[in-house]
Order: sequence, then structure tokens, then C-alpha cells
Amino acid sequence: MTSAATPANAAIAAIAATPSASAAPASVDAVIAALAAEDYVADRRLATSVFLALTLKRPLFVEGEPGVGKTELAKALARALQALLLRVQCYEGLDVAQTAYEWNVARQMMEIRLAEAAHDVGDAASRERLAKSLYARSMLIERPLLQALTQAQSPVLLIDELDRADEPFDAFLLEVLAENQLTIPELGTVKAAPGAAPIVVITSNRTREIHDALKRRCLYHWVDYPDVERELEIVRIRAPGAPERLAVQVVAFVQRMRTLDLFKAPGIAETIDWSNALVALNALSLAPDNVRDTLGVLLKHRDDIAKLQGGDVTRLLAELQATARG
Amino acid sequence: MLADNVVHFARVLRHAGVPVGPDRVLAALEAIEAVGLARRDDVHAALSAVMIDRHEQQALFDDAFAAFWRDPKLLERMMAELLPKISGRGERANKPRSHRLADALAPAALPEAARAPQRPDEALDFETSFAFSDREKLQRADFESMTAAEFELAKKLAEEVPLPFAPARRRRHAASERGTIDLRATMLAMARQPETLVPRFSRPRTELPTIVVLLDVSGSMDRYARLMLHYVHGLTRRYLKVHTLTFGTRLTNITRALRHRDPDLALELASAQVPDWKGGTRIASCLDDFNRHWAKRLLGANAALLLVTDGLDRDEQGELTRAAQQLRLFARQIVWLNPLLRFDRFEPRAGGVRALLPCVDRFLPVHNLASLADLATALQSTPAPRR
Repeated sequence: MTSAATPANAAIAAIAATPSASAAPASVDAVIAALAAEDYVADRRLATSVFLALTLKRPLFVEGEPGVGKTELAKALARALQALLLRVQCYEGLDVAQTAYEWNVARQMMEIRLAEAAHDVGDAASRERLAKSLYARSMLIERPLLQALTQAQSPVLLIDELDRADEPFDAFLLEVLAENQLTIPELGTVKAAPGAAPIVVITSNRTREIHDALKRRCLYHWVDYPDVERELEIVRIRAPGAPERLAVQVVAFVQRMRTLDLFKAPGIAETIDWSNALVALNALSLAPDNVRDTLGVLLKHRDDIAKLQGGDVTRLLAELQATARG
Repeated sequence: MLADNVVHFARVLRHAGVPVGPDRVLAALEAIEAVGLARRDDVHAALSAVMIDRHEQQALFDDAFAAFWRDPKLLERMMAELLPKISGRGERANKPRSHRLADALAPAALPEAARAPQRPDEALDFETSFAFSDREKLQRADFESMTAAEFELAKKLAEEVPLPFAPARRRRHAASERGTIDLRATMLAMARQPETLVPRFSRPRTELPTIVVLLDVSGSMDRYARLMLHYVHGLTRRYLKVHTLTFGTRLTNITRALRHRDPDLALELASAQVPDWKGGTRIASCLDDFNRHWAKRLLGANAALLLVTDGLDRDEQGELTRAAQQLRLFARQIVWLNPLLRFDRFEPRAGGVRALLPCVDRFLPVHNLASLADLATALQSTPAPRR
């Protein structure tokens, strides 16, 4: 019974076995093309960072305001490489049991009980045997970090919002990131097979500074808000229902909004949501009324909404129309 | 040739306060090799990805890179101009040395400072940039260095006196006599001793939260600012999760300066960064600035806020009230240390005090805070609040 894999492990083995390994993109342009095929519009800087992460086999540390497409990057990358995506969503108090591995204590208990029932715990040798079987590999429940090291083909490991986890977790990650290995005290060291090391993408919203020791091992990329052309391209892809005129107006409006002194400027995710919301309301172009009614999609801070509701919307729209004409 | 250039570039970045270690130089070479030299923007992106690790460094890096391909000499001069504005940490921040700064430094630091005149052209540039920052500065802080006794006391104070904050309960568990059963530890014990079942327990850890200090350095606070800085420096050394910002008319983050071990040097570096010593007070706009630009980054994981101000400001059109209430939402606990007021005769007359008071969890008034010993008494006087 000790050799039977748990259902979860079996499922993952199956997933890992099916897709044929697609070759890593050979140039920066190939990265842009591969991501574009997965509906992710990457600028050249970001694509260079991704290309380097793949070539130099270093983790990619992406930082930026919420809603600029950090998590989406990892997902698109996994699809583009036809790799398995393993995700660790961080939160405070995250520990080894939730991210790397956990001993299947219920099964261990059962093992002991069975050994007792068979009167097999009497002498030292049988006791040793029992202890060994309790800490065999099959007793281990694999969580994403360990799974990332046991695949046949390089998976994409997404460590999302690392800033939400506490510092001890950063330290714990060091071994996995630097050596592609994980030490389990009772069992030994698990190391990724050569050529199957995980492609690691770490995201952070910068609610705290991540320790330098961890950043040092990564490639750093700050994801900025996109420029007008790129954002328009993104809206066209992600909100296909929006008429061209509306899309242009939405992007111009959001871009102008980011220059205001707001608590939280709208991200790309908000632009997409807003476009879709306006489409759902059958809006063909921006008007003071429909902008005011849907501001909640774009701005998530009471003070920001109050600021814009008070007459700013009309002024901004007039300003945009003037620039569109001129 | 390429390697030389990269090493040179790294050295210039290092001078400017971007910590580029030798490992990153190697990584940079690898990166350039990977992307090739065909496109300038690719090389730029590649070097940026390996050589910097925080967003604040990006602008500096971009400027440096742009200059690097044109004229390395120009770059060096530009770096020199930039130096005083960069808040490096420890020794790095110590690099911009003018004779005036060297004079102001503690005698112990002189041997290091004496190295400055080795490059005459650079020293010249330092002078110009310092002249600029003098104009910018409303008034320079004048710290005499600490006496040995004061130093001992400050150290003791920071190490022994309990902090005025309630420890926060974390979600992480630690082994303990009582608590919830830790199955993994229990099983490990049973594997060693199958005859006996001794359950092992664990309970959530409690630890001090991250502390953010907002220190008023305006004219009315002048006498206490130095004292508080000594205390905060001690705290920063004992306990790394301390962030310090000063405010008068504008907000300045001096955390990195205070991480320097020598108290006199740390305070000197801090005072060189703060442009508004002994100036006016604009508490409302500074708090608003903090809310907008720092609160989300510093007050993340249940951080506590220590507000040190006399609150002597007007509350025009409820601006301060609004900023304080906003702050209330960001910080888990706020302790207000007011060095001017005594508790029994205290009357919240100033508009600023009235606006701030409802938003703090604990009010620590200290009458005429004159010495570190007074501060110790005040901190010990009341137990930390429970929330």
C-alpha cells in the first residue's frame, strides 16, 4: 500500500505526461509573438525580461500596481509554453504545510495501528521498519512548491502576491529559488530533474519590501501602466464587444485619470472591466451620465469617486473631446 | 572590452547608491550575451532586469544607461550631481562627502571622510550640489554628538523599555506547552517512542508589529526631535522592522539613514536628508501625503504607528480630521507621543490636537520631555492597549 500514489499525485503526473514540451522561444521577438498568441500584449522590455528568465533560468520578480497584468503574465506564459501552471497564493502565516508538502498524518496513524494489530512492533528491527514506512515518499502530500520540483517537464510556478506572506516565508523560498531543491528533514532533499527546473514568476504589489536576499536571486521587472496604443490593443482583445469609438474614448479617459492625484489609479484590469460594463449598458460613447453611473467599476476608493463626481467628469470629457478634435 | 564596460558601469551605479554586487555583474554579462548587442533597448532592458531590484532605482538607472553609451566621463559627473539625493544605506550613503559634511561628522568617521579629496573633479561637483541642497534646506539640524552616558542610556532605553505597542498575534504557529495539537510533531515523537503517545502542541506566535514612526521636526518640536531620533535609532538597531519618516512641511523617509550603526553618523545622515528642520508645520498635508504614498507600503501586515508631534496646527476645513481618519483606517494601532503636554492639565485646545485625538488608540503625553530618562518613564507608565 505504501507504493500507491495519492489521487492528486496521479492526476498531476497525468497532466505532466500529456503535453509535448514546446521549445522555449529563441529570441525576444519570439517571446512577444508567443505571448501575443495567448492574448497577452507584452512590451519589449517585459518580453526581454521574460526571455532572460527563460534563458538564464532565473526566477522573474514582477512588481507593479494592482491590476497591471502581473498574474496574467504567468498564466499566459504557461499557456504559451504549454507548461503546467502551479500557483501559490500568498497570505500571512503561509507555511510549509500549505505550500510545499505535508505528511499524511491520518495514513501514518493507520499504518501504526495496522502494525500494532499485526503485533509487529515488538523488536527494534520491526520498529525501525515501521518508522521508515511512516516517512516514505508516498506518505507525503505534495503542495505546489514540491510539485514544481517533481515534474517531467518544466512547469510555470507562480508565487502570487509574495508581499502578503510574512518574512519567514521569503527565507523559506530561497532554497527553492536558488537551488531548485527542497529539503524535507525526515526524508532528504528533493531536487528538480535537470532540464525540468520550474520557471518561477513571483509577483508583488509592494505592500512591503521583499528581502534583498530573495530579490538578488531574481530578475526584476517593474510593470508600468501601458501607453495609449498598447492599452487600446489590450482593450480590443479583452473587451471585443466594445465599439472602436468607445474603446478609444475609454482608454483616453483612463489614461487621463492616471495623471490625477488619486489614491488608487485604475489598472488595466479596471479598464477592461469598465469597457465591458459600458458594453453591457449599451453605451456607444462616453457621456457624463454613464461615466458617473459606472465610476465604481473604475475607482475603488470613496475619496477618489467623490473627487470625480464633483464636476470633474464633465470637465475631463470636454477636455478629451477637445483633444480628439484638435 | 564589453566586460570592462559592464564592470565600469556597475561601479558607477554602486557609487550612486544602487547596490550592484559582483554576482550581478556576472549575471549582466550573461544577460547581454543572451539578448545580443543588436538592439540598444534590449540591452537596456536586460541590464535593468539584472542590476536593479526596486522601482525607485529605475529612473537613476535609465539616466545612467543613456549617458553610458555616450560619454562615460559625463556619466561620472552626472552621478556626482545625483549623489546627495540618493538615500543609500550605511556606508554607501556616506559616500557624498564635502569638507563641510566631514567637519560635521564625528571625529571617529574622519579617516573615511579624508579620502574624499582624492578625486578633485568629483569633489568640485559635490560642492555645487551641496550648495543647492543648502538653499533647499530651511534650516540645518544642529546635533552635538552624544555623550558616552547618553549613548549608554539610549541603548538601554531601546533595549529594555517595553514598546508602547500591543504585540500582534501572527498566524504562524510555534511549539508550546499548551494550545492546539501539532499532528506532525506528535507523529514524529510517536515514531521515536511508539509505546507512549505524548501529544505535542503549538499555538500562534505573538510578535511585535512593524513600527512606523512619524516624527514632527518642525520649529516647535525642535528640542525633542533629536531626543526622539536617538530613541528611534536605538529601536531601529534593536529591531529591524522600524520605518521612520519625518515631517514638517514635507515628508522625508529617513529609515535607511537610521540603519547606520553609529548614532552620530546616522543622525547626521538623517539630518542631511531632511530639508525642513525647524520649519513650519503642515500636519494635514503631510499626513495626506503619507496616506497616499506610503501607507499602503509600510502599514501592510498589521503595522503600528508611532506619531510624535505636538499637534500644534490648525484644522482648516476639517482637512486634518479627514487625513487622521484616513490614517486610522490604514494603521492597526496608533500611539501618539506628545512631548509638550502633561496629562492632568491637558486641554485639547489647538484644533490639530482636537482633530488627532479621536483617531489614536493611546495618547502618551510627556511634560517637557527633556531627557531620555523622561521618555523611559513615559513609555513605562501605562500598559499597551489591547485591541
